[in-house]
Amino acid sequence: MAQIDRDKLLDIYIRTMKVNRTDEKFRELLMSGKVAVMYYCVRGQELVSAAAMAALEKEDYVVCTYRGQGEQTAKGIPMEKWWGECLGKATGTCKGKGGTMHITDPETGIMVTTGVVGSGLPIANGLAMASQNNGDGRVTLVSFGDGAANIGGFHEAMNMAQLYKLPVVFLCQNNRYGEHTAYADHTDSPSIALRAEGYGMKGVRVDGNDVFQIYPAVKEAVDRARRGEGPTLVEAMCYRMMGHFFGADFSYMPPEHIAEMKAEDPLPKLRKVMLEHQFTEEELDAIVADIDAQINAAVEHALAAPLPDVNEIYKDVLEETA
Amino acid sequence: MAQITMTQALNLAIDEAMAEDPAVFCLGEDVSAKQGGGVFKVTAGLTEKYGEQRVRATPISETAIIGAAVGAALAGQRPIAEIMLMNFVGVCMDQIVNHAAKLRFMSGGQTPCPIVIRTTTGVGVGFGGQHSDMLEAWFAHVAGIHVVTPSNPADARGLLRAAIDANDPVIFIENILCYGLKAEDPGPGYRVPLGKAAIAREGTDISIITYGRTVLDALDVANELAKEGISVEVVDLRTIAPYDEASVLASVRKTGRALTLHEAVRPFGTGAEIAANIQEKCWDVLKGPVRRIGGTFSAVPFASHLEQAWIPNKGQIIEQIKLAMGKL
Repeated sequence: MAQIDRDKLLDIYIRTMKVNRTDEKFRELLMSGKVAVMYYCVRGQELVSAAAMAALEKEDYVVCTYRGQGEQTAKGIPMEKWWGECLGKATGTCKGKGGTMHITDPETGIMVTTGVVGSGLPIANGLAMASQNNGDGRVTLVSFGDGAANIGGFHEAMNMAQLYKLPVVFLCQNNRYGEHTAYADHTDSPSIALRAEGYGMKGVRVDGNDVFQIYPAVKEAVDRARRGEGPTLVEAMCYRMMGHFFGADFSYMPPEHIAEMKAEDPLPKLRKVMLEHQFTEEELDAIVADIDAQINAAVEHALAAPLPDVNEIYKDVLEETA
Repeated sequence: MAQITMTQALNLAIDEAMAEDPAVFCLGEDVSAKQGGGVFKVTAGLTEKYGEQRVRATPISETAIIGAAVGAALAGQRPIAEIMLMNFVGVCMDQIVNHAAKLRFMSGGQTPCPIVIRTTTGVGVGFGGQHSDMLEAWFAHVAGIHVVTPSNPADARGLLRAAIDANDPVIFIENILCYGLKAEDPGPGYRVPLGKAAIAREGTDISIITYGRTVLDALDVANELAKEGISVEVVDLRTIAPYDEASVLASVRKTGRALTLHEAVRPFGTGAEIAANIQEKCWDVLKGPVRRIGGTFSAVPFASHLEQAWIPNKGQIIEQIKLAMGKL
């Protein structure tokens, strides 16, 4: 089994819990009726995002999707700005003009959050192409779901990335559902990672609920990319433990699938790993309490923050020139 | 100054931009030296100077081409992407419309997307239904994009330099039939600002508002009608969107009559938007309704005589002008 040092484990744990507590808080706000916005829950996929972001450097680029809360918070977007954007406030990352599906924060490397399935991959190539052109040493990671593997842009981007040996990591979070359609109902091939071979690319499939599989796999892909050895397709097997978006019915999930995903829940598994590595219950609880306090403060800040000025609808369309 | 073709003018604009700024690079199908420098040779000679990394020949993957341009632009590069023929934009509309055009706005101004998308098209070459369309109205309808097309070599050089300078996406349309046009080279560093129309010919009786190849038809007609005592003003928009409304309205206020003319099909074309705007804002001086000419509302046909019947012709322009003048 791969080894991860204690500091890195702690880093991954903190990021994972940040993602999870943010998700819990968002659902609580939506349930209470205090907030009514589109939100794509990440329950069940926290570890994949957290481990992937822990494998990147601060200046590396990330492209994610509408279900991108995990990448965004784990990469380190300041919580006040993140919540501000999700609540449509002037204090948000994008002045309230992007919203939950279009979070952008170049300072932390969150370059694009796309609401269009599969559209992030070609853009990630471009970010990586810029790094290849100017030699800045950055790696770009693009996250997407299993559903995205069936759109044309996926194939075009995979071929081009391998052709140019771009420093990019394709992270497929295979959460077994593309929107409301089960994997077996949208794809007949046994895995997405398998497709890499067709492009001459390295592809790996790992258990996204096992920190000792997901972190080393992404880390190796990132290192390869940074060494100029080209892209990797990492397929992280995980579960989407809720509906496609908050409030969406997911009674279509068969009982055996539900039982399986509960058994594979990454959070108790990670907690167990932490305890095995001599972190105490008290330490771990204190970490979560600290995260909760930060989130609560950020939510209060966002709730009290001003709405964007109505004139914003005319701004940022094209560069304003004299 | 030397005479240059439009192809040379475009090549010079790219060459000097690449020489000045290492962030400028080209990508597209067949653009590098190995493939002969582009199917219309616009990028000829650039690989030899700047290498294959800055003149990237791509697979036939329009979505990946524009996606790569978008991503590179977000990271501070200034890509010039070539979509070989304009109809192929259908393959990559998501990247252009949902991403390139909107990322500045949706990010609250944090991620402008400075890309130039060069593309070629034109009716009259016998390319048929999927290689000929002028689709500028598709993009003019989307906020966040400049749509530009030159009608002569000098403007081609100046507009392309300005497009590369621009901090937003630019759809740069080249007409196949205009590549061979020759004119005096305006010289290094020449720029034509985006959003500024040119009065290609001054007149007092009617304003033709047009752009691209049909500017040549309009100028021919203006010459012909001058002999009959009709004075035609030709407004070459150069930037189709957002267009130079002030120059258009000023011209119509002077002449009191207007005709919009484009190669693209007439229904829902840019001429309809411009005509509606003129009628709203110049109603008090208009001597009659704004007239519109565009291509036939069908696919561009193959057979030469059908293609010629499809495309707006000088006879139609003369007829519409005479109707507007009450001379028919």
